[in-house]
This record gives sequence, structure tokens and C-alpha cells, in this order.
Amino acid sequence: MAAVNMVKALNMALHQEMEKDPSVVVMGEDVGVDGGVFRVTEGLLEKFGAERTIDTPLSETGIIGAAIGMAAYGLLPVAEIQFMGFIYGAFDQIANHASRLRSRSRGRFTCPLVIRTPYGAGIKALEIHSESTEAFFAHIPGLKVAVPSGPYTAKGLLRSAIHDPDPVIFLEPTRLYRMIREEVPEEQYAIPLGRARKAREGKAITLVAWGSMLQRTMKAADGFDADVIDLMSLSPWDAEMVLGSVRKTGRAVIVQEAPKTCGFASEIAATIAEDAIAYLRGPVLRVAAYDVVLPFSKLEDYYMPGIERIKNKIEEAMRY
Amino acid sequence: MPEKRIESFDVKRLEILDEEGSVDKTLMPALSGEEIKSIYEMMLLSRAFDERALSLQREGRLGTYASIRGQEAAQVASAFAAEKSDWIFPSFRETGVQIALGYPIYMLFQYWSGDERGMKCPDGLNVFPICVPVGTHLPHAVGAAIAMKIRKEKKAAIAYFGDGATSKGDFHEAFNLAGVFSAPAVFICQNNQYAISVPLSRQTASSTLAQKAIAYGFTGLQVDGNDVFAVYKAAREAMEKAKQGGGPSFIECFTYRLADHTTADDSTRYRPVEEVEKWRGRDPVKRLRLYMEKEGLFSEEFQRHLEEKVQKTIEEAFRKMEEIGHPPLSGMFAYTFKKPSPMEAQQMKEFLSDGGG
Ligand SMILES: Cc1ncc(C[n+]2csc(CCOP(=O)(O)OP(=O)(O)O)c2C)c(N)n1
Repeated sequence: MAAVNMVKALNMALHQEMEKDPSVVVMGEDVGVDGGVFRVTEGLLEKFGAERTIDTPLSETGIIGAAIGMAAYGLLPVAEIQFMGFIYGAFDQIANHASRLRSRSRGRFTCPLVIRTPYGAGIKALEIHSESTEAFFAHIPGLKVAVPSGPYTAKGLLRSAIHDPDPVIFLEPTRLYRMIREEVPEEQYAIPLGRARKAREGKAITLVAWGSMLQRTMKAADGFDADVIDLMSLSPWDAEMVLGSVRKTGRAVIVQEAPKTCGFASEIAATIAEDAIAYLRGPVLRVAAYDVVLPFSKLEDYYMPGIERIKNKIEEAMRY
Repeated sequence: MPEKRIESFDVKRLEILDEEGSVDKTLMPALSGEEIKSIYEMMLLSRAFDERALSLQREGRLGTYASIRGQEAAQVASAFAAEKSDWIFPSFRETGVQIALGYPIYMLFQYWSGDERGMKCPDGLNVFPICVPVGTHLPHAVGAAIAMKIRKEKKAAIAYFGDGATSKGDFHEAFNLAGVFSAPAVFICQNNQYAISVPLSRQTASSTLAQKAIAYGFTGLQVDGNDVFAVYKAAREAMEKAKQGGGPSFIECFTYRLADHTTADDSTRYRPVEEVEKWRGRDPVKRLRLYMEKEGLFSEEFQRHLEEKVQKTIEEAFRKMEEIGHPPLSGMFAYTFKKPSPMEAQQMKEFLSDGGG
């Protein structure tokens, strides 16, 4: 076992899946010769050739649309959209096709497709490179949404996504790509989709986070007896673990990087209100970004929920 | 019944200024010596901005920056053909266009340093905010052009983009709309032969980009994109045609990006240095200078004077950006809607009391 960053962990996963299963193909802009703009697909072209590591034209609709056809035909495409901000041209393909093919053909055709895409703020990128619009995708029935929180979860979740019989959008927080190193087993392992994990056990308050917000939530939780849940999948999501925790602690704070209104935290809060309200000592609280257009890099740090803001919300919840 | 030929097309390429600085006089556009000198000055200014931006980025004082080095002729000469009343729709690699149009340079520094105040186009100029999602601004240009037509105003909407953009659906939808509505739009593609690492051959199986316009019912012309006169002539004629009710045009400026895609890129991973060197020899600035020398429009003293002038302009612009300083925190909330939503207003109050983050 070696301590590696998330780029390396994802790269290991892709190498191993492509080695084991000739149906796996990787496609997208700059994924081949360049090895991906973040280097996640480095070395795949050299090892597996241009038929399985496909540098595509600059064509998001084409990439995802073609990947749907390839998946229906029997391949296991892993399509990369260079940044999540550029995926919307292909929204039609995702929302009207990938997610519905099984249903529309009554199971005759399916779409075992993975769409990998970097997302999220915190790397001082240009405009449109930093938004967190995971809720758009979690709102689509028939599409799974996975979000790793570090190298270890990235490798295991990607394996599950590739072998899942349905389309999965795999969201990679750019801020985490090179931020942390973790021990990642050399051998293949799978972390199931739809399940969360306890990042920390505690009894007084439930904190829920995913992606790059997990790091900050863990730091903010210092000094509190907090049960910290790393959601890892937003659709389907592990309501059972969240509700179990809230029934134990009686308090919940949900932390998301996205703007507050209609973010995924709202879904979690509503579910807690429906199924565990009798156990609550106070309101379920959300920490989120503001309902504004994500600012350019000079104001980015003021926009993203920081440790201090999370801590304040935890304190507020603890007063009940 | 025999098959009949029902249509045939050809694709032209325009070249006026060769690499030795000689011109084809029969094709030369009407430009005075002063105008040519002014184009040259703006090319130097664009290059000086570019160099300063790259070095500031290395020092960590600007964010990611997209260099225009090698594309100065395509940018400056085409923008020089536009009028102040035209509307311009730039992509993210258009420093030379913005500078030639008179966009304030300190605002370009603001933009690239991560301050959106740099995108507030001053009154009297109609330059749309820099478009980052590739090709998605092309329909906007068509829409503005249709509006100009409805208002019966003699203006053109001019859109700039790269070769990669021609693979996007937005490009094809925009071209189709422009053709159908005979919109006064001018599409200017800087075919610098790469979209990050992806070479032109992976972008299209067509032998030129220019020919793509034919399918949408209007003309496409390839020009030597490192030749200021060919670019200017093609752009000027396309703009005049648009303003006379002649509909859209497409100009493919065949050129080369001499620098990395952006400061976050390493182009040695995907293209041979010999290729870059070959194109360095075709430097558009040098080529214009050779012409000016031949025509007696150039002297060492003129060059020294210009270099000092552009350096001073760049320094003053940078200093102005620094003096204006950090954007106000409340700026994050000021422009979501004309009137903030109740939620936003509440959030702003919280933000201003706890400082955000
Ligand atoms: C829709 C979209 N997809 C991907 C990107 C990421 N990206 C930024 S620039 C670029 C290449 C653009 O190439 P081209 O259109 O030829 O313009 P150039 O950069 O060469 O000026 C890519 C893929 C983007 N900005 N927008």
C-alpha cells in the first residue's frame, strides 16, 4: 500500500479496470495524448491504444451521446467531461436519454455508462470551472450520482460506477485532486454506490457532508462529540445511515458547497423532518454557499463555506 | 436518367503579405500608412500585455491566463476592421481584439486576476463578457445580428472563436440560424490548429474549416491568419457586406498558437518543438515590420518609441488595477438580480456580519 493523491488513485482504478475488462473504454477531450488536463487518464493511451483511449473533438453532446450508444451496444464507456461547467450542452443526452433508456425500452436496452467530471470551487480557476451543481443530476431519476471525498473512496467508488448496470455521474472535487494523500490498496476493491460511511463516530450531533466539504466539516467537528457522515453517493443516498444517526444524536447540520436553495442538503433535511422529527431537539441546519453567481477567484474564499462558518452552525445546533 | 451535377462549390484562401514582407498589390486593402502603423502599435501592445500577463501569472499575481502569442494579426487586424457601434462576442483568447477595440487594459488585468469588474464593458463599446464555455456565445452573436436587422441598423455582430468550437453543436446551430435569417453576423475563427492537445485532424475530417459555411448557405473564406492585410481585407469586406444586407460570412484565419494553451498547460506533451519553431519563424508581428521597412514606414527610432510607449501603457494599466484593489465583498451579491430576492437579501446580511468564508 502506498499513500497517493486522488489523481493517482483514480488513474490506478482506470488502469486496472481497463486491464481486466476489454469492454472498458475511456473517452473525452484531451484524455489520450495529454493524459487529461488533471492527468487522471495518464498512461492509458500508451497502454491500451487509441481505440480504447479516445481523444474526441470538442463536443460534449457528441461525447455523451456517443457514449450512450456504445454503452447500449455492450461497451463500458467512461466518458470525461473536462469540467462540470461544460456538461450542460449534453444535459439533453443525460436527462432525456442516458437516464431513461432502460425505462423507455422496458429493459431491452441499458446504459452502463460512467461520466467522470471535475467540479467544485477552491482552485482559483477561471469562470464556469468551479460550480457545484450536483443537485441538478441527483434530481434525475435513473441516473446515479457518486462523489468521492478523497483518494481511498475515489478508487473504490469508481470501480463500482464502472460495473454498475446503470448510468453514473462521477463527480471529482478538483480541490481534492492533489490536496490529500491516503493509503490506497494496490489491489482492486469496490465501495458500493448508494451507501455512506462514518468518517467519525459521536453521540451529540450528526454532521453530513460530501466531496470537498468533508475535509472542512471534519476540522470544524473538532471538539464536538459529532457523528460525521461522508455521503459518497447522492443518488441513491444512504438515508438509513443518516436517520439512524439523527435518531441517536437528536441534532443535524448538513454542509454543502452549493448555493442553499434547492441544494442536496434540502433533500436530506426534508427526509429527516419526515422520518425522524420526533427525535430532534432543534431544527435541522444547513451550511451552504449563497444564492449568488459564483464569484471570480478573488472572492471565492468568501463564498465557499469555511471551517468557521460550519463551526458556528454546529454551536447553534448544540444550543438546543 | 443520368445523375446531374446540381451544385458545386469551391473554397478560397486569401494571402496578401508574404513572409518576406512583400505584398500582392492587386489585393492590398485601402489602408493608409498611419493606419498600418496603428495596427502595428496595437500588435505590439497586445504582445506586451501578453508577456506581462505571463510573467505576472508566474509570480502568482494573476490567475490562469490564455496567451495570444502568434495570433496578433488575426486578432488586431480583424478588430481594426470593426466600428465602435458593432457588437463583439469574444472567447477567452481575445486580448488582441479587446485591445484593438479600445477595451481598457487595466480591466483586462482585473479580469485575469479574478475580479469580475473587469468584465463590465465601458459605455460606448459593445464587447460582450469573455465566453468561457467554448462556442456557446455564437448564437448570441446571431441573435444580436437578427435584432440589428429588425431595427434596421447598419451594424454587424462579430463572433470570435477557435477551431475547437467548430465541433460544438452551438457553432452549427448558430451558423444555420445566421444563414436562414440572413443575419448581419461575421464569424471569425482563429484556427490555431490545436484545442488544448487535440489537433485539427481530430477536430474535423474536412480539409478546411471555411467550407463548413457552405452547408449553411453562406461563404467561408480561409485567410493566412498571420497576414494582417489578408485578415483586415476579409474582415472589412465581410462587415461591409453584413451592413449592406448581404448576410453572414465566415472567415477562417489559419494561424498557430505559439505558447501553451494556458498557463496551466504544457504543450510539449502533445506537439513537437520543431513545429513550434517553424511557426515562430512566421511571426505575424515580424512580417508586418518587414513590410513597413520596405515601405519606409519603419525606423529603429519609431520602434524604440513604440516599445517605450506600450511598456508605459501596460505599467500604468497594471498600477491602476492595483490601486483600485480588491473587489468589495458585497459585489458578490450586487448583480444576481436587479432586486435581490428575499433569501439573497437575508444571506447578504449574514455574510456582511460574519464575513463569509
Ligand atoms: C464547452 C467547453 N468544453 C471544454 C472546455 C475546456 N476547454 C477550454 S479551452 C479548450 C480548447 C479550445 O480550443 P479552441 O476552440 O480551438 O480555442 P483555442 O483555445 O485554441 O483558442 C477546452 C477544451 C470549455 N472551456 N468549454
